[in-house]
Amino acid sequence: MNERTRIRLPLRIWATVAALLLVAPTLVVIPLSFSDKRSFAFPIEGWSLQWYENFFTDQRWMNSLGTSLSLALVVGVVATVLGTLAALGLRGLNARLAAVAQVSMMLPILVPGIVAAIAIFGLYLRWGLSGSPLGIVLAHIALALPFVLIPVGTALRGLDETLVRAAAVLGASPIARFMQVQLPILLPGIITGFIFAFVTSLDEVVIAYFLQSPSVRTLPVQMYSSVTVETDPSIAAASTLLLVLSTCIILIPRIVQVIQERRAARRQGDVA
Amino acid sequence: MRPSRLFSSVAVVPALVIILIFFLLPIGVIIARSFTDPEPGLGQYAAALADPTTLRVLGRTFVTAIITVVVCIGLGYPFAYLLTLVGPTARTLLMVLVLVPFWTSLMARTFAWISLLQRDGPVSAVLGFFGAENVTLRGTLTGVVLAIVQILLPYMILTLYTALASIDRRQLAAAQSLGANRYKAFWQVYLPQSLPGLFAASSLVFILALGFYITPQLIGSPKEAMIAQVIGQRVEKIVDFAGAGALSGILLLATLGLFCVVILAVAPLRRGISQMVNGGETR
Repeated sequence: MNERTRIRLPLRIWATVAALLLVAPTLVVIPLSFSDKRSFAFPIEGWSLQWYENFFTDQRWMNSLGTSLSLALVVGVVATVLGTLAALGLRGLNARLAAVAQVSMMLPILVPGIVAAIAIFGLYLRWGLSGSPLGIVLAHIALALPFVLIPVGTALRGLDETLVRAAAVLGASPIARFMQVQLPILLPGIITGFIFAFVTSLDEVVIAYFLQSPSVRTLPVQMYSSVTVETDPSIAAASTLLLVLSTCIILIPRIVQVIQERRAARRQGDVA
Repeated sequence: MRPSRLFSSVAVVPALVIILIFFLLPIGVIIARSFTDPEPGLGQYAAALADPTTLRVLGRTFVTAIITVVVCIGLGYPFAYLLTLVGPTARTLLMVLVLVPFWTSLMARTFAWISLLQRDGPVSAVLGFFGAENVTLRGTLTGVVLAIVQILLPYMILTLYTALASIDRRQLAAAQSLGANRYKAFWQVYLPQSLPGLFAASSLVFILALGFYITPQLIGSPKEAMIAQVIGQRVEKIVDFAGAGALSGILLLATLGLFCVVILAVAPLRRGISQMVNGGETR
């Protein structure tokens, strides 16, 4: 039965409108980043690479990019390790305790950014953590942990326990069981968790804004102040680079998946 | 083979401690402060709720969030429905259209909207073409809603899609074979089954819209501030942590209260979140 023929024209048109609203507005940053004017005026008359040149030569932009990438890397690694451990551990706790722990660990997703930011700012000031990279890292790890727990938890539910038991029967030590049986199966979930933790930190503005100091300023905070204070058109170049980055994050796994499916199909074809 | 009790306890502790001490404790402290500073009691809350400006801001925030939800449903439901009808290749393509903006930096998207909505920008040009001359949406609530809708639409679509995908479409054929026309079958068979998912997706969008800070701050005007902006200004401009804490308490109560209702009532929200994390395919 061919479902496609049944999709009515109004639905197609309406979905196209939604799709355009989703995708088109962000694309506007691409032509802006190649404009030769200081203002963000349309239509764009002359083209130039000056905003990219500015982005890659201006110390403030480069420092903020470096700060963001290194903080996001630390946050990604630590959150992935702790989140994976926690996801494994949650299964061994009794049900009520596990539920309480899980809900507490999901709360950072729900708390509005501004509430978290001013609360963290207030207490970190007293602890001497404000203005330090450690402060931002700790807050971002907390924010990113739920996003590691969810995919790793999903992967764990898909793990066939008999495999682990079989490995145990065959004499594998707990560490060998984890490394050789569980880890390879959980790896896609763990990698997803890492990417999400990394992006969460890279994208977060409000907490990083309140905890910033002249030496610790992340890329989104630099973008924020380039809008509010400086109106530096390099933000168009920064936005375009981030758009390209996010598109790669989405497309690369899809393309890999398609290639793998094609290869698997070909292999099956060979057998048949 | 479940991990041992000892391993489990030890494994959960580091993540839990970081979240408790470095995230939830500060929030607890600022809420506690709203009840004790400058003197113990509900003074901060009474002051906040007696202030007409604060009430107006709260009202505006709720109305903005409701409008955002309604527009997101209008755009998102048909799109999510379409996702359940198309073949795998088209679905992957449409999913990419949803996920790319979802993963694109919030600052990049907000900046894009700033340039779209500026004076004599593309949106004014389009509005001018339709006869509305010299309309600038930057600095208006309409502009803010437009940007928030675009930013939150992926949450609506992904959460709704997981719910719609689990509805058995053969029931529609059954209803039609029993004499219902297409619209009746949709309204009486399909739509009611999609309501829990719609409720979950709407609540998620509503909660996220309530707490929006960056976008209204950069696109809206201080005259039409949202609650998150007022909280931010309280701390940034007048260093009033107790007052900001009281407003945070009100915002948190609305957010978490609504979330508890949703969690108790429906499951699609959870599935929706895990789908966003897993990149759009149901596993």
